[in-house]
Amino acid sequence: MDIFPLINSLRIAAISSVIVFFLGIGAAYGASRLPRGIKAALDVVLTLPLVLPPTVCGFGLLLLVGAKRPLGILLAELGVKLVMTWQGGVLAASVVAFPLMYRTARGAFEAFDETLAHAGQTLGLGNTYIFWRIRLPACRQGIIAGAVLAFARALGEYGATSMLIGYIPGRTATIATTVYQLWRTNDEAGAMAWVAVNLAISAVVLVAVNMLEEAQRRRGKAAGR
Amino acid sequence: MSLEVKIKKRLGAFLLDAEFETGGGVTGLLGESGCGKSMTLKCIAGVERPDEGRIVLDGEVLFDSARGIDVPPQKRGVGYLFQSGALFPNMTVERNILCGLRGERDAAVRRRLYGEAVRMMRLEGLEKKKPRELSGGQAQRAALARIWVSRPRVLLLDEPFSALDAHLSEQIQVELSELLRGFGRDALLVTHSRDEAYRLCGHIAVMHGGRVIAAKETRALFDDPGSVAAARITGCKNIAPARRIGAHEVEVPDWGVRLMCAKETGEGLCAVGVRAHDFAPGEAANRRRVVFAGAVEEPFAWIVRFRFEGQDEASPALWWRLPKGAGRGVFPDELGVAAEDVLLLYGEGCG
Repeated sequence: MDIFPLINSLRIAAISSVIVFFLGIGAAYGASRLPRGIKAALDVVLTLPLVLPPTVCGFGLLLLVGAKRPLGILLAELGVKLVMTWQGGVLAASVVAFPLMYRTARGAFEAFDETLAHAGQTLGLGNTYIFWRIRLPACRQGIIAGAVLAFARALGEYGATSMLIGYIPGRTATIATTVYQLWRTNDEAGAMAWVAVNLAISAVVLVAVNMLEEAQRRRGKAAGR
Repeated sequence: MSLEVKIKKRLGAFLLDAEFETGGGVTGLLGESGCGKSMTLKCIAGVERPDEGRIVLDGEVLFDSARGIDVPPQKRGVGYLFQSGALFPNMTVERNILCGLRGERDAAVRRRLYGEAVRMMRLEGLEKKKPRELSGGQAQRAALARIWVSRPRVLLLDEPFSALDAHLSEQIQVELSELLRGFGRDALLVTHSRDEAYRLCGHIAVMHGGRVIAAKETRALFDDPGSVAAARITGCKNIAPARRIGAHEVEVPDWGVRLMCAKETGEGLCAVGVRAHDFAPGEAANRRRVVFAGAVEEPFAWIVRFRFEGQDEASPALWWRLPKGAGRGVFPDELGVAAEDVLLLYGEGCG
């Protein structure tokens, strides 16, 4: 069995998770400090990819970075090609997975006890130190949970990915697009093998999420003593 | 320390409009919850920004909206002790305290201050513990150690006892007031408890509805709160509308009596107050016949409720606090109250 789809899926999911991790934290932190009205509007925009059909996201991305679009032409000038390449898969997965990271991290930031930041400031700690050494560690569970969910979503991405990068064996094929392709070509056994692989990865991810939540609950209990 | 505060901040429908000055020692900011006292403290610390106004600490302008001055909290030199201690949960006690020393470059000084703080706040053996493993009192001491090493000019205490159990709280108050003396810093204490304020503060500013309605030396405030709101927050149980009828006499329609008072009545007098423990059967002044209306037993006192003879049954009964062992266990026919214990109340909170 050609394991290219596994490797491709994992690298797309891994890279897009890292991108989404930082963008999501940045957006979440920024949004948690905005006035309520602006926050609500921004929230709708940033969460949209979660509720839109992935194919619509993919269509939108094609409109944006397609070979004949201004941004696509500009990127081509820079030597970046996102249509029908695995790098495009990273873009598609990032867009679709972003809301999960953003929303989970935002929840964690909003639950953060602001008096800790105030205490840090009055002790003379700089705002950067407070962000990385106090705020982020306190929100760690929520942020990790968000990252895991984003990774899982990126790994399972199909709609936007197939719109943007299609299915080229050995070049853009992911697990999700491979399962569809094999089923379509009546290779049920092959599809089943990839389904099994996918199930195994998903199970690991979900177990990890549950363990994180359990750890958080124990922590909460210990703190509430 | 000298602190001058004159700030305004709008929070939805609530308007904080605080103005007061303090001298040295421990000053209390006393008020019911939601009166704006914590917000005032946060504005002084610089973690909240007033809409307008001026804050001056020891001659240094920390905030002045007119001149565009807003010194960041890191540079204000204020130590802020929060209700819960606000220790950083991901760090040990030791690392928490060291956070207060990050501005200190000299390692020898860092070590010395750290050691002194641990000894002074009796944290030996707790240094490697995480905040969640500490008791409420230990957490407060660790927080105080962390503030002490950062050597603030002034200490801001935000309800530091209210998260503790009642019996612990009293013990820790006594302990903490000693530690504060050892701290050698002036302090501003925010509290809703008149007992705490009385015990710890030399001066008290009373806040009500976002404004400072009285600022006095502690004894003077309790002796003469001056307004209905201040009388209530300092624990006066018997307050009723009143009318001045002479230079030293008031009429209290709800109680159906006229009372003599030591202080001269002024224009705008709207109510009188009598503290529950100021009634006495042996007091000759303002002696009136009274009718028993009920009693509640406390560990060391009786709270007796009574009405004056002829007082309307519909109007609320008065409170008389009688320490156990003081009375003969028989309700007296008459109670009096010294003329200087009749509190004359004006302005704020009338009507």
